[in-house]
Amino acid sequence: MLIHDQSRPGRRANVLAPSHTPEPSDIPQALRRRARPRLPEVSELQVVRHYTRLSQQNFSIDTHFYPLGSCTMKYNPRVCNSLAALPGFAERHPLAPVEHGQGVLACLHDLQEILKAVTGMSAVSLAPAAGAQGELTGVAMIRAYHLARGDHARTEMLIPDAAHGTNPASAVMCGYQAREIPTGPDGDVDVEALRAAVGPQTAGIMLTNPSTVGVFDRNIEEIARIVHDAGGLLYYDGANLNAILGKVRPGDMGFDVIHMNLHKTFSTPHGGGGPGAGPVGVSARVAPYLPVPLVEREGDDYRWLTEADRPETIGRMTAFGGNMGILLRAYVYARMLGREGMARVADFATLNANYLMARLQQAGFELAYPERRASHEFIVTLKREAKEYGVTAMDFAKRLLDYGFHAPTTYFPLLVPECLLIEPTETETQESLDGFVEAMIAIRREAQEDPEKLKGAPYTMPRRRLDDVRAARQLDLAWTPQQADGGGDGQ
Amino acid sequence: MPFIPHTDDDVAAMLQAIGAPSIESLFDEIPAALRSGERAEIPPALSEQEITRLMRLRAQTDEQPACFIGAGAYDHYIPAAVWQIATRGEYYSAYTPYQAEASQGTLQVLYEFQSMMTALTALDASNTSLYDGATALAEALLMAVRANRRCKSRRVLIPRALHPLYRSTVRTIVEPQGLELVEVDFDAASGQTPVERCTALAGDQGVAAVVINQPNFFGVLETVDALTDWAHEQGALAVAVVNPLALALLTPPGEWGAAGADIACGEAQPFGMPLSSGGPYAGFLCCKQALVRQLPGRIVGRTLDADGKPGFTLTLQAREQHIRRSKATSNICTNQGLMVTAATIHLALLGAEGLEQVARACHANTLGLVERLCALPGVEPAFTGAIFHEQALRLPRAPREVLGRLAAEADVLGGFALGADYPELDDALLVCATEQRSEEEMRRYASALAEILEAG
Repeated sequence: MLIHDQSRPGRRANVLAPSHTPEPSDIPQALRRRARPRLPEVSELQVVRHYTRLSQQNFSIDTHFYPLGSCTMKYNPRVCNSLAALPGFAERHPLAPVEHGQGVLACLHDLQEILKAVTGMSAVSLAPAAGAQGELTGVAMIRAYHLARGDHARTEMLIPDAAHGTNPASAVMCGYQAREIPTGPDGDVDVEALRAAVGPQTAGIMLTNPSTVGVFDRNIEEIARIVHDAGGLLYYDGANLNAILGKVRPGDMGFDVIHMNLHKTFSTPHGGGGPGAGPVGVSARVAPYLPVPLVEREGDDYRWLTEADRPETIGRMTAFGGNMGILLRAYVYARMLGREGMARVADFATLNANYLMARLQQAGFELAYPERRASHEFIVTLKREAKEYGVTAMDFAKRLLDYGFHAPTTYFPLLVPECLLIEPTETETQESLDGFVEAMIAIRREAQEDPEKLKGAPYTMPRRRLDDVRAARQLDLAWTPQQADGGGDGQ
Repeated sequence: MPFIPHTDDDVAAMLQAIGAPSIESLFDEIPAALRSGERAEIPPALSEQEITRLMRLRAQTDEQPACFIGAGAYDHYIPAAVWQIATRGEYYSAYTPYQAEASQGTLQVLYEFQSMMTALTALDASNTSLYDGATALAEALLMAVRANRRCKSRRVLIPRALHPLYRSTVRTIVEPQGLELVEVDFDAASGQTPVERCTALAGDQGVAAVVINQPNFFGVLETVDALTDWAHEQGALAVAVVNPLALALLTPPGEWGAAGADIACGEAQPFGMPLSSGGPYAGFLCCKQALVRQLPGRIVGRTLDADGKPGFTLTLQAREQHIRRSKATSNICTNQGLMVTAATIHLALLGAEGLEQVARACHANTLGLVERLCALPGVEPAFTGAIFHEQALRLPRAPREVLGRLAAEADVLGGFALGADYPELDDALLVCATEQRSEEEMRRYASALAEILEAG
């Protein structure tokens, strides 16, 4: 039931009742709203109960193992939230003078320095609001770099076919054509195809390493050479940084521009789909184009660097300079990991992935790249199960929910049929990984004996499988008063 | 080891299952030259207690004086229930609801948010948010230019009386795609954006979209009906940028002019989001039904499950980057889900009446403050146009100096100096008194300003 359906005219929560609320008679009648918007009229308890109950209809890291590949669903430490919410931080106005913000600026400055050090880049901007915006920022900087050199011929961005969909979409938003580079049978980028594709039209290449197929591209130094020799720049999509944090630095691999997903690697909350934070790091030659604001330290004082200090900047990514509250959470997490803890993230994320991969392989599941080490994630392909039992990766995914596990990423990357992209993260115990393996084995047995059971899953969730086709064809995107008056389902 | 549960025995058993001699050996596909592990510049680890001490100290240094700055981010009261519920782990630590059956909580919240935003804007459809108000406007303009097939031009008229930081963000995002942003100046007396100024800038090729800001950056109410009708006469789409709290009092964009604005966007921060130095907030974006397939970002639809029970799922995903890749409507992936959860709870607690009371209180407080300040010699409103909850005031002394002294002597952040963005308003200050500002704080502001001006 929607909160709207619980509404009764005249019922109020009474939580907010400013005492002085005169009629705004100086606002011209022509500009005044004629009828109040139809928002729910409910009591505070109704609100609290409704949204508490709704929360219980979610799987989350706090309640379930959530091995969603490429999303790094690791534990989000509670202390990060409570410290970012301290009144001094939470109540500060974005345009308050810096004298009233030395605390937050000190944290942001320290975070810039930590991210620089752990990625091996020469400068970092915290401005982008999410990973996808980090990509847009990164590609915009590559564009600015070429244009500043008077190089207008570079119209193509090279992107491996396994890349996240955001890569080609971001390239296009910066005016580039996206050109796909195939992945070889071993999971590495096809170097010969790359060699054939580069030229004076090449603006750069966008790479995720370890890649979205869950392996570290062994030819990265060669790839860097090929693209740099052609005059292009290397862009690092930091979606999988968790796999190499503190062990390998994108700067050492030859990348000119990177973005990081703090909601993955630095454990800020995913929040049901954001807010994220997507800081960018750059090599020295790209540094002038970093988005503003940046934080600078002068003696014991911190200040913002803006357009006036950074004339070649690509500009601003959001009105007020970034998702500060998320950056504070990442800062707390980074300080708690410290120098030693960074590499432990990569160590144990990789240990967990390789263990889970080995166990599933021993249980008879087919790996997409069986000769390769897993990075922090790996791919199981269910094409054999699909052929023999007529079930799909989606059926497995839905049935896993009944067993109390969030499904891995399904049908991505697109080049592996019936795939599950599985990322356990470093914060899971061996027991939860074992439980997942047992569930996969049990589901396969069900597929063998009673495939219809899988096709009907899930059974124990608040809803059975939802009709996506109906959702797209008979669009119902908002409650309307007609629904309340007519009592129908809105169709 | 923080957050890592493995015992030595676990590690030994797991390595044995893998058939690897050590954790380090799991990295053996990475070229040795790249495995530098250089981390000297990262500070050593702190315990939870130590980082708590450090952060408390730093937060204390940031505690705010009474804040009379608005300028796009507003200090509103947030009921206790909002964040107590929004930070429940089931919301806080879930991800994008790809598995709809295991994400009905988040999906229904997002659907309710869409329903509340369409009710407020009087438009048909809403997405589930963008990063902030400025990026929502950038996406709105890209959407408008894509959708406006009648017009070949990529020219967009944008008021100079729109937030300077919005204009600058929009420029960063849309200019690489060849949109031409043309600024329409405001009337020096009223502070409004006159239709006549738009006419002069229409150009030979026409205009694809016209941005209409209500209230504008100066707090002034624009003649939205005339601007909307003019946009439509030109064959342009009317794109509204609105403070959603103001919509409790003001005509919603869907009812502007004869046909209504086509798209409305803005900053949802006034709905339960702490100021937090500028983010995370949430941009909203609503549109007419005809444009829904051009709407970027996540959209939730209501549908039926296999048993015929109503439920919720992400829909129209064929617009999105994970399906369409280079042909997607935008590269946006996540939204600001947690902030939207807070906004939805906030709006449910307030209801339409509560929202109207807050809007009225802000309006009345600002008028009261302006009256007090304008009683001082040489202080006067910069514009004659009616306002919502902000007002530009001209001062007889340099605003920057006045602001510095107000902070130092009266513990008051007195407003936003307009001179850096508008040279002709070099003597002007933009002030805002939300419902959070008390009588005592406003009195303190006025008497401190009186002293500063008298002292000369």
